Amino acid sequence: MISNKRLTATKSNAQSFAFALPAIAIFSVFYIYPFFDIFRLSFHQWNGISSQKIFVGFENFSDLMQDGIWWKSMWNAGFITLVALTFQNCLAFALALACDREIRLKRFYRVLFFIPPVLSEIVVGLIWSWILYSGMQNGQHIGLFNHFLDKIGLHHLVNNWLSDPKTALPCIAIVHSWKGFGWGFIMLLAGLQTIDRQLYEAAKVDGAGWWSVLKNVTIPMMVPVILVVVILTVLGSMQAFVLILSMVGQGLVYHTDVPVTRILSAMTGTNRFGYACSMGVVFGLILVGVSLGFKMISDRTKQA
Amino acid sequence: MRKLLGVILCLFLVVGCAKKKQDMNTISIWHWMTDRHEAFEQLAVKYEEQTGVKIKFDLYAPSDAYTQKIIASAQAKVLPDVYGVLDKKEIFASFINSGFITDLTEEFQKNNGEWEKSLFAKALNVNRFKEGNIYDVKPGVYGVPLDVTNIQMLYNKKLLAKAGIMAPPKTFEGFLAAIAALKRVGISGLVSGWGEMWMADCFASNYAFNIMGEEKIMATYRGEISYTDPDWIKVFTIFKTLSESGAFAEGIVTKLNKLAEQDFALERAAFSFNGSWSVNIYHDMNPDLEYGAMLPPVFNKNRPMSIWGGAGSSLVINNSSPRRDKTIAFLKWLTAKEQQAFLAKETRNLPSNREALSAIPPILSQFAEVMDNTTHPTIWMQNEFPLVLERMDKGIQSIIIGEKTPEQVAREVQEVKEKELKKSRRGR
Repeated sequence: MISNKRLTATKSNAQSFAFALPAIAIFSVFYIYPFFDIFRLSFHQWNGISSQKIFVGFENFSDLMQDGIWWKSMWNAGFITLVALTFQNCLAFALALACDREIRLKRFYRVLFFIPPVLSEIVVGLIWSWILYSGMQNGQHIGLFNHFLDKIGLHHLVNNWLSDPKTALPCIAIVHSWKGFGWGFIMLLAGLQTIDRQLYEAAKVDGAGWWSVLKNVTIPMMVPVILVVVILTVLGSMQAFVLILSMVGQGLVYHTDVPVTRILSAMTGTNRFGYACSMGVVFGLILVGVSLGFKMISDRTKQA
Repeated sequence: MRKLLGVILCLFLVVGCAKKKQDMNTISIWHWMTDRHEAFEQLAVKYEEQTGVKIKFDLYAPSDAYTQKIIASAQAKVLPDVYGVLDKKEIFASFINSGFITDLTEEFQKNNGEWEKSLFAKALNVNRFKEGNIYDVKPGVYGVPLDVTNIQMLYNKKLLAKAGIMAPPKTFEGFLAAIAALKRVGISGLVSGWGEMWMADCFASNYAFNIMGEEKIMATYRGEISYTDPDWIKVFTIFKTLSESGAFAEGIVTKLNKLAEQDFALERAAFSFNGSWSVNIYHDMNPDLEYGAMLPPVFNKNRPMSIWGGAGSSLVINNSSPRRDKTIAFLKWLTAKEQQAFLAKETRNLPSNREALSAIPPILSQFAEVMDNTTHPTIWMQNEFPLVLERMDKGIQSIIIGEKTPEQVAREVQEVKEKELKKSRRGR
């Protein structure tokens, strides 16, 4: 009797396992194996093709720690992230607040603001490089932005926007924010619409003004959504690179390099796959650390 | 019902895991040449009609993405019958040493070297590994050149005439004078896609050959001469001089070559530094463009100007291909006079078959005429460490934007060189 029960249980377990097996296999092959292989490769010197991989221990990591260009790229990504966190998310929040009200053409605006995120980054990059183009023909500025500055009498502001170390990275950061604010807008708008309207009515009855309602009702209710938007912005901005490639090619000296372009350059430009993997590992750990930091803040805020 | 489902699942597993039946009559070719895809497909139809062998051309562009696909496919051992290696000689050698590429030496030498003799030697040399090469590759020829190419300067006849320049400058001083004349009438000087760093590298290499010659460059690569040598400083100073004289079109350091090509085609700059492939591109963008090709103006009048050139696009044969013989036969057919003339006419590229040269347009002839001046990193006995080249290219950008001096860049490049030399001595 017992053995029959055990047999049935074993059979049932085997059946369950068999059903899960394809998913486990796919997950292992396409996720777990590459994940651990990157760790393994980061301890090797390898050009990506050769069958010979030289074990170098922690040498790639120690080189990386002393690689000033890598840390500069991290700083550049941090700058893009900072602009995205402030400019992009403030814009997204302001527009979400505007669209949450009963205004005319509300749906039109929602669609309009969501267009940039759905455009290809390459296309956006090329269009903005054309807008910021700094050449002239027949005495006229060809780039739209410089042409506009010239026409409104601000000729002294005309610049080589993408080839000037002072403006190249800020331009990229602004275009990145322009492209990304739609995601934040949609998420924040969805969050705003979940807030019980009775809370606003009660606040109004108590004589609260617009600012007071925003500070004491809207923002506290939106904290979980804002945190999600912040985490996604940080992860998305730190990993931005397609836009950079399409706007400034392989970069303006090292002023526009970000970690992902450095990884790409190590892999394809200088054929240092092992070193690129060690960059990937370190960068991944930093992003995990940042995400955990935000999660902790989120948990504490929820408890408060 | 359960049993039935189990049987079906097993069948799917068996069928799914079964080895794909190989079609011995279809040759698979992966390429990156967007401008030639249509012509290739027309040739494939013709070849199938003649021989019954089907040719499947798959296009993967741009070339960066193609390179990644080829490396990933090599790692997964799923390369097609024919493909190209668009990478440094070191990587090409790695493909050969890892057994991914067929040695074609015997094929080229058959019938008293008939196939080899029909092609430009410079083009073939790009795919050749000589005795004692530093990559430990068995000497031989490992690729088939489809066309030849070289990179030089192009000038817009109309814009030069507007500035009162009747003939393109041949010397560096003449070039600076031309730039000054162009500036006076508000015309931009030189445009190029130096956002893609290899192009700036190519320009620097041209002047390095002109200033110090191949032997000294190779000695630098071997670590016997420092980048702080006065000749190298002269090379870096060329960029400073050009930048200060306003020779470069605005934004040249971050410009993608496609955009640079657009600028020249739309007559926004008088000079362009670009390859022979651009003839086709300029034709598409502005068929009325009046331009000519010229060697970059010499700095050192006692030494000729060397430009990069050789095989433009080469294809290699997968060593594990079960259709190797049919593939070789197809590549022989593709590089024969008739097909090469067709490709030259349709795609405006220089043919790799010397007999097909009679069919090319006059502007391409100007590129063909200087094939003797060509050299290329892939045929040098020694190559520089990629990291040193990266630092040099970035340094050149710094000089152009006025951030660093040639001396500073030379010191920085030398520092990286010494680090790389130390590593290589330790076997790393």
